[in-house]
Amino acid sequence: MEQKTRTLTLTEEEFVYPGNRACAGCGLGIVYRTALKALGKNTILVVPPSCLTVLQGLYPIAATKLPCVNVTFASTGAAASGVRAAMRALKKENMNVVAFAGDGGTGDIGIQALSGACERGEDILYICYDNEAYMNTGVQRSGTTPQGVVTTTTPIKGKTQLKKDVPSIVAAHRIPYLATASAAYPLDLFDKVKKAISIKGPKYIHVHTPCPPGWGFDTRYTVKVGKLAVETGLFDLYEKDAEGFRLTDASLRLSGKPRKPVTDYFNTQGRFKSLPETMVADIQKDVDLKWAGYC
Amino acid sequence: MHLIESGNVAAATGVKLSRAQVIAAYPITPQTPLTEKLSEFVAEGSLTAEYIPVESEHSAMAVCIAASSAGARAFTATSANGLLYMNEQLHWAAGARLPIVMCVANRGIGAPWTVWNDHQDSISQRDGGWIQLYANDHQQIIDTVIKAFRLSEIVSIPVMVCYDGYLLSHTYMPFEAPDQDRVDAFLPLFSPKNKLDPDQPSNFNTVTLPDVRPDVRGNLAPGYMEIRHTLHQDMRNSMEVLKDIDQAFLDAFGRGGTPFVEPYRCDDVEHVVVCMGSLSYHMRDVIDQLRSEGVNVGVMGVQLYRPFPDQAMVSALSGKRSVMVFEKALSYGNQGALYADIKSALYNVDRRPLISNHILGLGGREIKTQHLYDAVKQACGNPETLGDTPHWIGLKCQAS
Amino acid sequence: MKSDDFACMISRSEPGPGDGGRTGSWRVQRPVIDTAKCIPAKTGKPSCFTCWLFCPDAVVTKTIPPTIDYVYCKGCGICAEECPAGAISMEDESRFITEENDKGCI
Repeated sequence: MEQKTRTLTLTEEEFVYPGNRACAGCGLGIVYRTALKALGKNTILVVPPSCLTVLQGLYPIAATKLPCVNVTFASTGAAASGVRAAMRALKKENMNVVAFAGDGGTGDIGIQALSGACERGEDILYICYDNEAYMNTGVQRSGTTPQGVVTTTTPIKGKTQLKKDVPSIVAAHRIPYLATASAAYPLDLFDKVKKAISIKGPKYIHVHTPCPPGWGFDTRYTVKVGKLAVETGLFDLYEKDAEGFRLTDASLRLSGKPRKPVTDYFNTQGRFKSLPETMVADIQKDVDLKWAGYC
Repeated sequence: MHLIESGNVAAATGVKLSRAQVIAAYPITPQTPLTEKLSEFVAEGSLTAEYIPVESEHSAMAVCIAASSAGARAFTATSANGLLYMNEQLHWAAGARLPIVMCVANRGIGAPWTVWNDHQDSISQRDGGWIQLYANDHQQIIDTVIKAFRLSEIVSIPVMVCYDGYLLSHTYMPFEAPDQDRVDAFLPLFSPKNKLDPDQPSNFNTVTLPDVRPDVRGNLAPGYMEIRHTLHQDMRNSMEVLKDIDQAFLDAFGRGGTPFVEPYRCDDVEHVVVCMGSLSYHMRDVIDQLRSEGVNVGVMGVQLYRPFPDQAMVSALSGKRSVMVFEKALSYGNQGALYADIKSALYNVDRRPLISNHILGLGGREIKTQHLYDAVKQACGNPETLGDTPHWIGLKCQAS
Repeated sequence: MKSDDFACMISRSEPGPGDGGRTGSWRVQRPVIDTAKCIPAKTGKPSCFTCWLFCPDAVVTKTIPPTIDYVYCKGCGICAEECPAGAISMEDESRFITEENDKGCI
């Protein structure tokens, strides 16, 4: 097993400038900063409209020290394919081509282009930061918004439908490497990004990314909330590759041990305020069933 | 080399000779044989290119946008609804100033579904910031493709090479394919001044404010409006470049000389018919017949539609007694787009001709030479009576 | 006309700090490190750096002791919340405003 990165051994070089436009306590700030450390200089980024567009800055100043092409909302997977094709044509093989998109840009409007890229076996890494709604436009529901969550388009009663399991949809393309990660576990994310770029072909990392204003919690709790999602077993850290499926990091440590009740997570955020008791019980049942399957 | 091949193969041969490096392909009738042929060139090794069989036209243009941003010569082709599915991407490619070349085998737009030819698809994209060139035969298709790459890479504006679906895309005609080394001399390798490069990291197409703003060195950078104004100015200036390229092509290959419009028997005539694509060649038979009958009429094909060659229109048409614009497209609820553009170009001339609009051939409705003959003859006889409302040619029944 | 005459204006941004301005002005509270409690400061050895790890804005240094760039720190408080030694306290920004104003930082 490869060496795990620790805080002390984590790359010091920063590829994101401070003073950017991300909100205070932004989970994406942690995710982006950490992922770019793992990617390093030889990287070309492809970014659709999302909170990252805002974080990256307004013309003529960019918060990112890596080359990046902003593309239309639905086109990320295809645009990354185009950059990779150009790299092959120009004989610049030693380049990471990385798409960085939000959950709406990935699981909703961008899923066709992502599916196409995965099916074609494009040598790209696709990172989806999942903040579970359209945050950039002011918290509208997305396919990946969890059940019961209040957004500006699911007011009062919250979203009635289930969260779309985007990693499983991507996994159905049988790509060589797929992982989930969390803003609350940056070292695990770092190692997964490192591993992903060492593998040829399509790679996908789905990163759970707490959003203080969108989820309704104080900016200081971004990491706490992210950790609770994992500790309650709602969001699991895992990898899926040729060797199969395995839990990682905090989720691995959780297996066989009692988990915190899902209410511990729900109670930290205003967005779950409308969640009825019966739905909470059902969700707890679902989580228990899922974890029974892991053992 | 002399070939007898389809218009699609003429286009594919032009793309091969232009050494496109990244080709995105999604099938749609009647363009499909073009990208099929390119896949054959790549598979047999006669063209070294990355061939990306994407899952939609939207993604086809995404591949071209990204590949071009990364410094590769990019090409795709489409028709009709495929072109419309690319719509936001077309605007994006132009705004990002990417020299992409795309062939459009012109086809009518659904609904209802039609696979047959008219010009509604590319005409409807006239405002997106693409240069639009129209080819009238197979020779012009291959020549225009090669010229389009050189033009787009000098002016940093994407170019659409449009030709009639089926009428040109699927018919076989003889044409000359230039030698590779001579095309190489005409079309240098693509070396953009801006590209995605870790040694010079830039963030392209970022959100741009309404107003100007200082950059990292404190120099004032433009706002959105300045960037868009530049696109407009550059499109206008691209006509001068196209003229030079056309001359260089004429010098090198002996073909061309009509970069904007292609007049036929228009010298000292009273009346001029204006049309686009293969119709302008079809119309030549009608002109010959009418001239033999003493009707003083010529025909002019429009080869450059965007930027609009208004000065060329003024030079060619001012002082004529009448101008008849025959179009396979229209702006619904108004008039033909070409007609409106020509009218606008002629508004300020001293000797303004009478002008009429004739809509025909939509969704592949057969254009009979007799219909053209009748319409032109009648229009030349009574140009004062035609008015401003489009005349529909070839309608067989009307809603009661 | 040559290619240099064209596309002289495009939206091409160059990397630099402070696209959002001096985001330190967003703070309501500021994190203050107590070097008596901070693990690397106390031990004098490279250790912990949890504040550096989790900072969304890369304004904490991986140094002994860690320092915070108040020009850009948005005052989210994640560092204070996550510090295992409880060495970072969030203090009302109003306390510091006069001093910062004098330095022209706000």
